[in-house]
Amino acid sequence: MSETPAPPLVHWQDATIVAREPRTPTITSFFFRPSQTVSWRAGQHVDVRLTAEDGYRAIRSYSIASAPGADTLELAVERLPDGEVSAFFHDVAEVGDTIELKAPLGGHFVWESRDGGPLLLAAGGSGLVPVMSMIRHRAATASTAPVQLLLSARTWDDVLYRDELLDLASRRDGFDVALALTREAARRSNDFGHRVDAAMMASVLERLPAWPRRVFVCGTNGFVNAAADGAQAAGVAPNIIRTERYGGA
Amino acid sequence: MTDRPSNAPVRATRGFIGRRATPDAAQRLPPGQHLVDNFPVLSAGPTPRVRLETWRFTLKSGPRPIRSWTWEEFNALPQTDLVRDIHCVTTWSKFNTRWGGVLIDDLLEAAGLEPPTQFALAHSFDGYSTNVPVADLIHGKAMVALRYDGKPLEPDHGGPARLLVPHLYFWKSAKWMSGLQFTERDEAGFWELRGYNIYGDPWREQRYANE
Repeated sequence: MSETPAPPLVHWQDATIVAREPRTPTITSFFFRPSQTVSWRAGQHVDVRLTAEDGYRAIRSYSIASAPGADTLELAVERLPDGEVSAFFHDVAEVGDTIELKAPLGGHFVWESRDGGPLLLAAGGSGLVPVMSMIRHRAATASTAPVQLLLSARTWDDVLYRDELLDLASRRDGFDVALALTREAARRSNDFGHRVDAAMMASVLERLPAWPRRVFVCGTNGFVNAAADGAQAAGVAPNIIRTERYGGA
Repeated sequence: MTDRPSNAPVRATRGFIGRRATPDAAQRLPPGQHLVDNFPVLSAGPTPRVRLETWRFTLKSGPRPIRSWTWEEFNALPQTDLVRDIHCVTTWSKFNTRWGGVLIDDLLEAAGLEPPTQFALAHSFDGYSTNVPVADLIHGKAMVALRYDGKPLEPDHGGPARLLVPHLYFWKSAKWMSGLQFTERDEAGFWELRGYNIYGDPWREQRYANE
Protein backbone atom coordinates (compact mmCIF):
# COMPACT_ATOMS: atom_id res chain seq x y z
CA MET A 1 0.00 0.00 0.00
CA SER A 2 1.19 3.50 -0.69
CA GLU A 3 1.82 4.66 2.85
CA THR A 4 2.83 8.14 3.92
CA PRO A 5 4.87 9.57 1.07
CA ALA A 6 6.38 12.90 2.09
CA PRO A 7 3.35 15.20 2.07
CA PRO A 8 3.58 18.24 -0.21
CA LEU A 9 3.89 21.62 1.45
CA VAL A 10 0.57 23.40 1.23
CA HIS A 11 -0.32 27.06 1.08
CA TRP A 12 -3.36 29.22 0.40
CA GLN A 13 -4.01 29.95 -3.23
CA ASP A 14 -6.79 31.48 -5.28
CA ALA A 15 -9.16 29.22 -7.16
CA THR A 16 -11.88 30.32 -9.56
CA ILE A 17 -15.32 28.74 -9.64
CA VAL A 18 -15.80 27.64 -13.26
CA ALA A 19 -19.11 25.79 -12.87
CA ARG A 20 -21.77 24.88 -10.34
CA GLU A 21 -24.19 22.01 -10.67
CA PRO A 22 -27.04 20.96 -8.35
CA ARG A 23 -26.69 17.26 -7.46
CA THR A 24 -29.47 16.54 -4.98
CA PRO A 25 -32.04 18.73 -3.20
CA THR A 26 -29.38 19.59 -0.59
CA ILE A 27 -26.03 19.10 -2.37
CA THR A 28 -24.50 21.28 -5.10
CA SER A 29 -21.17 20.69 -6.79
CA PHE A 30 -18.72 23.56 -7.32
CA PHE A 31 -15.92 23.13 -9.86
CA PHE A 32 -12.73 25.06 -9.13
CA ARG A 33 -9.74 25.95 -11.26
CA PRO A 34 -6.83 26.57 -8.86
CA SER A 35 -4.32 29.23 -9.91
CA GLN A 36 -1.51 26.72 -9.28
CA THR A 37 -1.54 23.03 -10.13
CA VAL A 38 -2.85 20.79 -7.36
CA SER A 39 -1.88 17.12 -7.45
CA TRP A 40 -4.14 15.16 -5.17
CA ARG A 41 -4.75 11.53 -4.34
CA ALA A 42 -8.23 10.06 -4.29
CA GLY A 43 -9.78 10.63 -0.86
CA GLN A 44 -7.90 13.83 0.03
CA HIS A 45 -9.54 17.11 0.99
CA VAL A 46 -9.06 20.87 0.78
CA ASP A 47 -9.47 23.69 3.26
CA VAL A 48 -11.59 26.56 1.96
CA ARG A 49 -11.17 30.04 3.44
CA LEU A 50 -13.69 32.86 3.13
CA THR A 51 -12.81 36.42 4.15
CA ALA A 52 -15.30 39.19 4.98
CA GLU A 53 -14.66 42.89 4.29
CA ASP A 54 -13.59 43.47 7.91
CA GLY A 55 -11.08 40.63 7.83
CA TYR A 56 -13.26 38.05 9.59
CA ARG A 57 -12.49 34.58 8.23
CA ALA A 58 -14.13 31.19 8.16
CA ILE A 59 -12.35 27.97 7.23
CA ARG A 60 -13.94 24.59 6.45
CA SER A 61 -12.71 21.30 5.03
CA TYR A 62 -14.28 19.69 1.96
CA SER A 63 -13.36 16.41 0.34
CA ILE A 64 -12.44 16.39 -3.35
CA ALA A 65 -14.94 14.53 -5.54
CA SER A 66 -13.06 14.60 -8.82
CA ALA A 67 -10.49 11.99 -9.78
CA PRO A 68 -6.80 12.87 -9.52
CA GLY A 69 -5.72 14.51 -12.76
CA ALA A 70 -9.16 15.91 -13.57
CA ASP A 71 -9.32 19.35 -15.22
CA THR A 72 -11.14 20.88 -12.30
CA LEU A 73 -11.35 20.30 -8.61
CA GLU A 74 -14.94 19.38 -7.68
CA LEU A 75 -16.31 19.97 -4.19
CA ALA A 76 -19.83 18.74 -3.45
CA VAL A 77 -21.19 21.05 -0.75
CA GLU A 78 -24.15 19.96 1.36
CA ARG A 79 -26.30 22.75 2.75
CA LEU A 80 -26.18 22.31 6.52
CA PRO A 81 -28.83 23.69 8.86
CA ASP A 82 -27.41 27.00 10.13
CA GLY A 83 -24.30 26.41 8.03
CA GLU A 84 -22.06 29.43 7.72
CA VAL A 85 -19.84 28.39 4.83
CA SER A 86 -22.25 25.97 3.15
CA ALA A 87 -24.92 28.69 3.07
CA PHE A 88 -22.47 31.05 1.39
CA PHE A 89 -21.78 28.49 -1.31
CA HIS A 90 -25.44 27.67 -1.91
CA ASP A 91 -26.82 31.23 -1.72
CA VAL A 92 -23.98 33.52 -2.83
CA ALA A 93 -21.15 31.82 -4.72
CA GLU A 94 -21.30 32.11 -8.51
CA VAL A 95 -19.25 31.10 -11.49
CA GLY A 96 -16.33 33.51 -11.81
CA ASP A 97 -15.91 34.05 -8.07
CA THR A 98 -12.48 33.58 -6.54
CA ILE A 99 -12.16 31.52 -3.37
CA GLU A 100 -9.03 30.74 -1.36
CA LEU A 101 -8.19 27.10 -0.84
CA LYS A 102 -5.36 24.98 0.47
CA ALA A 103 -4.80 21.54 -1.03
CA PRO A 104 -4.19 18.66 -0.99
CA LEU A 105 -4.69 17.70 2.66
CA GLY A 106 -4.96 14.39 4.49
CA GLY A 107 -2.89 11.32 3.80
CA HIS A 108 -4.72 8.41 5.38
CA PHE A 109 -8.20 8.14 3.84
CA VAL A 110 -6.56 7.67 0.44
CA TRP A 111 -6.55 5.03 -2.29
CA GLU A 112 -4.47 4.80 -5.45
CA SER A 113 -5.24 2.25 -8.13
CA ARG A 114 -1.78 0.74 -7.73
CA ASP A 115 -2.78 -0.15 -4.16
CA GLY A 116 -5.19 -2.68 -5.72
CA GLY A 117 -8.27 -4.26 -4.22
CA PRO A 118 -10.68 -5.67 -3.43
CA LEU A 119 -12.17 -2.65 -1.69
CA LEU A 120 -15.29 -2.29 0.36
CA LEU A 121 -16.53 1.30 0.40
CA ALA A 122 -19.31 2.43 2.73
CA ALA A 123 -20.64 5.97 2.59
CA GLY A 124 -23.54 7.84 4.13
CA GLY A 125 -24.97 10.91 2.38
CA SER A 126 -22.30 13.43 1.40
CA GLY A 127 -19.76 11.05 2.93
CA LEU A 128 -19.68 9.65 -0.58
CA VAL A 129 -17.52 12.52 -1.83
CA PRO A 130 -13.99 11.23 -1.01
CA VAL A 131 -15.08 7.71 -1.94
CA MET A 132 -16.41 9.01 -5.28
CA SER A 133 -12.94 10.29 -6.09
CA MET A 134 -11.65 6.73 -5.55
CA ILE A 135 -14.38 5.26 -7.78
CA ARG A 136 -13.70 7.80 -10.52
CA HIS A 137 -9.95 7.21 -10.15
CA ARG A 138 -10.55 3.49 -10.60
CA ALA A 139 -12.49 4.14 -13.80
CA ALA A 140 -10.03 6.74 -15.09
CA THR A 141 -7.08 4.37 -14.65
CA ALA A 142 -8.98 1.36 -16.04
CA SER A 143 -8.30 -0.46 -12.79
CA THR A 144 -9.87 -3.91 -12.50
CA ALA A 145 -9.78 -3.94 -8.69
CA PRO A 146 -13.07 -5.35 -7.37
CA VAL A 147 -14.88 -2.54 -5.59
CA GLN A 148 -18.21 -2.82 -3.76
CA LEU A 149 -19.88 0.40 -2.63
CA LEU A 150 -22.59 0.56 0.00
CA LEU A 151 -24.23 3.99 -0.16
CA SER A 152 -26.81 5.15 2.35
CA ALA A 153 -29.15 8.06 1.66
CA ARG A 154 -32.56 9.17 2.86
CA THR A 155 -34.37 8.71 -0.46
CA TRP A 156 -33.68 7.76 -4.09
CA ASP A 157 -33.49 11.46 -4.96
CA ASP A 158 -30.98 12.12 -2.19
CA VAL A 159 -28.49 9.64 -3.68
CA LEU A 160 -25.48 11.74 -4.65
CA TYR A 161 -24.01 10.86 -8.10
CA ARG A 162 -26.78 8.28 -8.52
CA ASP A 163 -26.88 8.17 -12.31
CA GLU A 164 -23.10 8.15 -12.64
CA LEU A 165 -22.79 5.32 -10.11
CA LEU A 166 -25.51 3.23 -11.76
CA ASP A 167 -23.86 3.81 -15.12
CA LEU A 168 -20.45 2.70 -13.79
CA ALA A 169 -22.04 -0.38 -12.21
CA SER A 170 -23.79 -1.28 -15.48
CA ARG A 171 -20.36 -1.86 -17.07
CA ARG A 172 -19.97 -4.94 -14.85
CA ASP A 173 -16.21 -4.51 -14.73
CA GLY A 174 -15.82 -5.29 -11.06
CA PHE A 175 -17.52 -2.22 -9.59
CA ASP A 176 -20.96 -2.48 -8.04
CA VAL A 177 -23.14 -0.33 -5.81
CA ALA A 178 -25.77 -1.26 -3.22
CA LEU A 179 -28.07 1.50 -2.03
CA ALA A 180 -29.49 1.69 1.48
CA LEU A 181 -32.45 4.07 1.55
CA THR A 182 -33.43 5.01 5.08
CA ARG A 183 -36.78 6.71 4.39
CA GLU A 184 -37.98 4.84 1.32
CA ALA A 185 -38.36 1.26 0.18
CA ALA A 186 -35.58 -0.22 -1.93
CA ARG A 187 -36.17 0.18 -5.69
CA ARG A 188 -33.73 -2.43 -6.97
CA SER A 189 -33.59 -6.08 -5.94
CA ASN A 190 -30.15 -5.94 -4.30
CA ASP A 191 -30.71 -2.64 -2.49
CA PHE A 192 -31.85 -2.11 1.10
CA GLY A 193 -34.70 -0.09 2.56
CA HIS A 194 -33.28 0.53 6.01
CA ARG A 195 -30.29 1.85 7.92
CA VAL A 196 -26.89 0.18 7.80
CA ASP A 197 -26.45 -2.71 10.24
CA ALA A 198 -24.22 -5.76 10.72
CA ALA A 199 -26.32 -7.99 8.45
CA MET A 200 -26.09 -5.42 5.65
CA MET A 201 -22.31 -5.21 6.01
CA ALA A 202 -22.05 -9.02 5.91
CA SER A 203 -24.24 -9.05 2.79
CA VAL A 204 -22.17 -6.51 0.86
CA LEU A 205 -18.91 -8.20 1.90
CA GLU A 206 -20.19 -11.40 0.28
CA ARG A 207 -20.62 -9.55 -3.01
CA LEU A 208 -16.84 -9.16 -3.33
CA PRO A 209 -14.99 -12.06 -5.02
CA ALA A 210 -12.41 -12.08 -2.24
CA TRP A 211 -11.83 -10.61 1.20
CA PRO A 212 -11.22 -6.84 1.04
CA ARG A 213 -7.70 -5.50 1.22
CA ARG A 214 -9.03 -2.22 2.55
CA VAL A 215 -12.35 -0.86 3.83
CA PHE A 216 -13.13 2.86 3.63
CA VAL A 217 -16.04 4.26 5.61
CA CYS A 218 -17.19 7.90 5.50
CA GLY A 219 -20.27 9.62 6.86
CA THR A 220 -21.77 10.84 10.11
CA ASN A 221 -20.28 9.41 13.28
CA GLY A 222 -23.37 7.22 13.74
CA PHE A 223 -23.13 5.84 10.21
CA VAL A 224 -19.40 5.20 10.50
CA ASN A 225 -19.75 3.37 13.82
CA ALA A 226 -22.58 1.18 12.50
CA ALA A 227 -20.72 0.33 9.28
CA ALA A 228 -17.31 -0.18 10.89
CA ASP A 229 -18.70 -2.22 13.79
CA GLY A 230 -20.79 -4.26 11.33
CA ALA A 231 -17.76 -4.98 9.17
CA GLN A 232 -15.82 -6.12 12.22
CA ALA A 233 -18.69 -8.33 13.35
CA ALA A 234 -18.47 -9.95 9.90
CA GLY A 235 -14.80 -10.67 10.48
CA VAL A 236 -12.99 -7.65 9.02
CA ALA A 237 -9.86 -6.77 10.98
CA PRO A 238 -10.00 -3.23 12.43
CA ASN A 239 -6.57 -2.33 11.04
CA ILE A 240 -7.76 -2.49 7.41
CA ILE A 241 -10.68 -0.12 8.10
CA ARG A 242 -10.11 3.59 7.50
CA THR A 243 -12.73 6.09 8.54
CA GLU A 244 -13.63 9.72 8.06
CA ARG A 245 -16.40 11.24 10.16
CA TYR A 246 -18.32 14.45 10.43
CA GLY A 247 -20.90 15.82 12.84
CA GLY A 248 -21.28 15.46 16.60
CA ALA A 249 -21.85 12.43 18.76
CA MET B 1 5.38 30.22 6.80
CA THR B 2 2.60 32.72 7.30
CA ASP B 3 -0.43 33.25 5.13
CA ARG B 4 0.34 36.87 4.35
CA PRO B 5 1.89 39.81 6.17
CA SER B 6 -0.55 41.12 8.74
CA ASN B 7 -0.28 44.66 7.35
CA ALA B 8 -1.27 43.57 3.84
CA PRO B 9 -4.77 44.58 2.76
CA VAL B 10 -7.43 41.94 3.27
CA ARG B 11 -8.87 40.61 0.04
CA ALA B 12 -12.49 39.89 0.80
CA THR B 13 -14.49 37.04 -0.69
CA ARG B 14 -17.30 38.58 -2.76
CA GLY B 15 -20.56 38.53 -0.82
CA PHE B 16 -19.26 36.80 2.28
CA ILE B 17 -20.55 38.30 5.51
CA GLY B 18 -20.04 35.41 7.92
CA ARG B 19 -21.28 34.71 11.37
CA ARG B 20 -19.17 36.21 14.08
CA ALA B 21 -18.84 35.00 17.62
CA THR B 22 -19.73 37.44 20.41
CA PRO B 23 -16.80 39.72 21.35
CA ASP B 24 -16.12 37.66 24.48
CA ALA B 25 -16.13 34.40 22.56
CA ALA B 26 -14.08 35.89 19.72
CA GLN B 27 -11.31 36.71 22.21
CA ARG B 28 -11.14 33.08 23.27
CA LEU B 29 -11.16 31.70 19.72
CA PRO B 30 -7.77 31.10 18.06
CA PRO B 31 -7.50 32.35 14.45
CA GLY B 32 -9.64 30.47 11.94
CA GLN B 33 -11.65 28.64 14.62
CA HIS B 34 -15.43 28.67 15.10
CA LEU B 35 -17.44 27.79 18.19
CA VAL B 36 -19.62 24.66 18.39
CA ASP B 37 -22.08 23.44 21.01
CA ASN B 38 -21.95 19.77 20.07
CA PHE B 39 -18.90 17.53 20.42
CA PRO B 40 -17.78 16.32 16.96
CA VAL B 41 -16.11 12.92 16.71
CA LEU B 42 -13.16 12.38 14.37
CA SER B 43 -10.91 9.37 14.06
CA ALA B 44 -8.84 7.59 11.44
CA GLY B 45 -10.28 4.14 12.11
CA PRO B 46 -13.04 2.22 13.87
CA THR B 47 -13.82 3.04 17.49
CA PRO B 48 -11.94 0.45 19.58
CA ARG B 49 -13.84 -1.04 22.50
CA VAL B 50 -11.14 -1.37 25.12
CA ARG B 51 -12.04 -3.68 28.02
CA LEU B 52 -11.20 -2.42 31.48
CA GLU B 53 -10.12 -5.91 32.63
CA THR B 54 -7.27 -5.94 30.12
CA TRP B 55 -6.57 -2.20 30.06
CA ARG B 56 -3.00 -1.25 30.94
CA PHE B 57 -1.22 2.08 30.92
CA THR B 58 2.52 1.84 30.41
CA LEU B 59 5.16 4.49 30.96
CA LYS B 60 8.30 3.94 28.89
CA SER B 61 11.70 5.56 28.49
CA GLY B 62 12.73 4.76 24.95
CA PRO B 63 12.08 1.03 24.54
CA ARG B 64 12.29 0.37 28.30
CA PRO B 65 9.06 0.00 30.31
CA ILE B 66 9.28 1.98 33.56
CA ARG B 67 5.90 1.35 35.14
CA SER B 68 2.55 -0.14 34.22
CA TRP B 69 -0.87 0.36 35.84
CA THR B 70 -4.07 -1.65 35.72
CA TRP B 71 -7.38 0.21 35.46
CA GLU B 72 -7.94 -0.10 39.22
CA GLU B 73 -4.42 1.04 40.04
CA PHE B 74 -4.72 3.97 37.65
CA ASN B 75 -7.99 5.07 39.21
CA ALA B 76 -6.33 5.00 42.64
CA LEU B 77 -3.85 7.71 41.53
CA PRO B 78 -4.63 11.33 42.54
CA GLN B 79 -7.54 12.60 40.43
CA THR B 80 -7.80 16.17 39.17
CA ASP B 81 -10.50 18.14 37.33
CA LEU B 82 -9.64 20.53 34.51
CA VAL B 83 -12.05 22.89 32.70
CA ARG B 84 -10.55 23.99 29.39
CA ASP B 85 -11.35 25.28 25.91
CA ILE B 86 -10.42 22.79 23.19
CA HIS B 87 -9.55 23.47 19.55
CA CYS B 88 -9.69 20.96 16.69
CA VAL B 89 -7.54 21.45 13.59
CA THR B 90 -10.73 21.02 11.51
CA THR B 91 -11.62 24.49 12.91
CA TRP B 92 -14.20 23.74 15.58
CA SER B 93 -13.61 24.89 19.13
CA LYS B 94 -15.56 24.06 22.25
CA PHE B 95 -15.45 26.13 25.42
CA ASN B 96 -15.42 25.04 29.08
CA THR B 97 -15.05 21.32 28.53
CA ARG B 98 -14.81 19.56 31.91
CA TRP B 99 -12.41 16.64 32.30
CA GLY B 100 -11.31 14.45 35.17
CA GLY B 101 -8.26 12.24 35.39
CA VAL B 102 -4.61 11.96 36.33
CA LEU B 103 -2.20 14.83 35.71
CA ILE B 104 0.99 13.77 33.94
CA ASP B 105 2.78 15.34 36.94
CA ASP B 106 1.04 12.91 39.29
CA LEU B 107 1.75 10.00 36.97
CA LEU B 108 5.46 10.81 37.00
CA GLU B 109 5.46 11.23 40.76
CA ALA B 110 3.76 7.87 41.23
CA ALA B 111 6.43 6.31 39.04
CA GLY B 112 9.18 8.14 40.94
CA LEU B 113 10.38 9.52 37.64
CA GLU B 114 11.86 12.81 36.53
CA PRO B 115 11.27 13.26 32.78
CA PRO B 116 14.32 11.52 31.28
CA THR B 117 14.11 13.37 27.91
CA GLN B 118 12.51 16.50 26.46
CA PHE B 119 10.09 14.71 24.14
CA ALA B 120 7.34 12.14 24.39
CA LEU B 121 5.05 10.05 22.22
CA ALA B 122 1.55 9.20 23.32
CA HIS B 123 0.48 5.74 22.17
CA SER B 124 -3.02 4.35 21.67
CA PHE B 125 -4.63 0.91 21.61
CA ASP B 126 -5.49 1.30 17.91
CA GLY B 127 -1.89 2.02 16.89
CA TYR B 128 -2.29 5.81 16.80
CA SER B 129 0.51 7.95 18.16
CA THR B 130 1.25 11.64 18.54
CA ASN B 131 4.28 13.55 19.75
CA VAL B 132 4.25 16.23 22.44
CA PRO B 133 7.22 18.02 24.04
CA VAL B 134 7.54 17.12 27.73
CA ALA B 135 7.31 20.82 28.64
CA ASP B 136 3.74 20.78 27.29
CA LEU B 137 2.78 17.79 29.45
CA ILE B 138 3.99 18.85 32.90
CA HIS B 139 3.24 21.66 35.38
CA GLY B 140 -0.48 20.96 35.27
CA LYS B 141 -0.80 21.40 31.52
CA ALA B 142 -1.91 17.89 30.58
CA MET B 143 -3.62 14.81 31.98
CA VAL B 144 -4.75 11.32 31.14
CA ALA B 145 -8.50 11.94 31.18
CA LEU B 146 -10.88 9.23 32.39
CA ARG B 147 -14.03 11.34 32.74
CA TYR B 148 -15.84 13.95 30.69
CA ASP B 149 -18.52 16.14 32.25
CA GLY B 150 -18.45 13.98 35.38
CA LYS B 151 -19.12 10.70 33.56
CA PRO B 152 -16.83 7.92 32.34
CA LEU B 153 -15.31 8.93 29.01
CA GLU B 154 -17.27 7.36 26.14
CA PRO B 155 -15.45 5.25 23.53
CA ASP B 156 -16.25 7.78 20.77
CA HIS B 157 -14.41 10.45 22.72
CA GLY B 158 -11.43 8.25 23.54
CA GLY B 159 -12.58 6.27 26.57
CA PRO B 160 -11.59 4.54 28.75
CA ALA B 161 -8.67 7.00 28.82
CA ARG B 162 -7.31 9.69 26.53
CA LEU B 163 -4.56 12.25 26.67
CA LEU B 164 -5.72 15.84 27.24
CA VAL B 165 -3.34 18.58 26.08
CA PRO B 166 -5.90 21.33 25.67
CA HIS B 167 -3.53 24.12 24.65
CA LEU B 168 -2.54 22.26 21.46
CA TYR B 169 -4.78 21.23 18.53
CA PHE B 170 -6.90 18.34 19.67
CA TRP B 171 -5.29 15.61 17.52
CA LYS B 172 -2.48 15.82 20.10
CA SER B 173 -4.95 14.64 22.77
CA ALA B 174 -4.66 10.98 21.74
CA LYS B 175 -7.80 8.87 22.19
CA TRP B 176 -7.74 5.32 23.64
CA MET B 177 -4.37 5.98 25.23
CA SER B 178 -2.28 2.97 26.18
CA GLY B 179 0.91 4.65 27.28
CA LEU B 180 3.42 7.46 27.25
CA GLN B 181 6.93 6.98 25.89
CA PHE B 182 9.80 9.38 26.46
CA THR B 183 11.97 9.76 23.36
CA GLU B 184 15.42 11.26 22.79
CA ARG B 185 14.24 13.17 19.71
CA ASP B 186 10.94 14.79 18.71
CA GLU B 187 9.53 11.88 16.67
CA ALA B 188 6.59 12.54 14.39
CA GLY B 189 3.41 10.62 15.21
CA PHE B 190 0.50 9.45 13.03
CA TRP B 191 -0.83 12.75 11.67
CA GLU B 192 2.52 14.51 11.94
CA LEU B 193 3.81 11.99 9.36
CA ARG B 194 0.86 12.84 7.14
CA GLY B 195 1.34 16.56 6.70
CA TYR B 196 0.16 17.94 10.02
CA ASN B 197 2.26 20.26 12.14
CA ILE B 198 4.91 18.80 14.43
CA TYR B 199 3.77 21.03 17.35
CA GLY B 200 0.22 22.26 16.64
CA ASP B 201 -0.25 25.56 18.51
CA PRO B 202 -3.78 26.83 17.70
CA TRP B 203 -2.86 30.44 18.55
CA ARG B 204 -0.15 30.40 15.89
CA GLU B 205 -2.47 28.45 13.59
CA GLN B 206 0.07 25.65 13.14
CA ARG B 207 -2.22 23.26 11.28
CA TYR B 208 0.06 21.85 8.61
CA ALA B 209 3.72 20.99 8.32
CA ASN B 210 5.03 24.30 7.00
CA GLU B 211 2.99 26.63 9.21
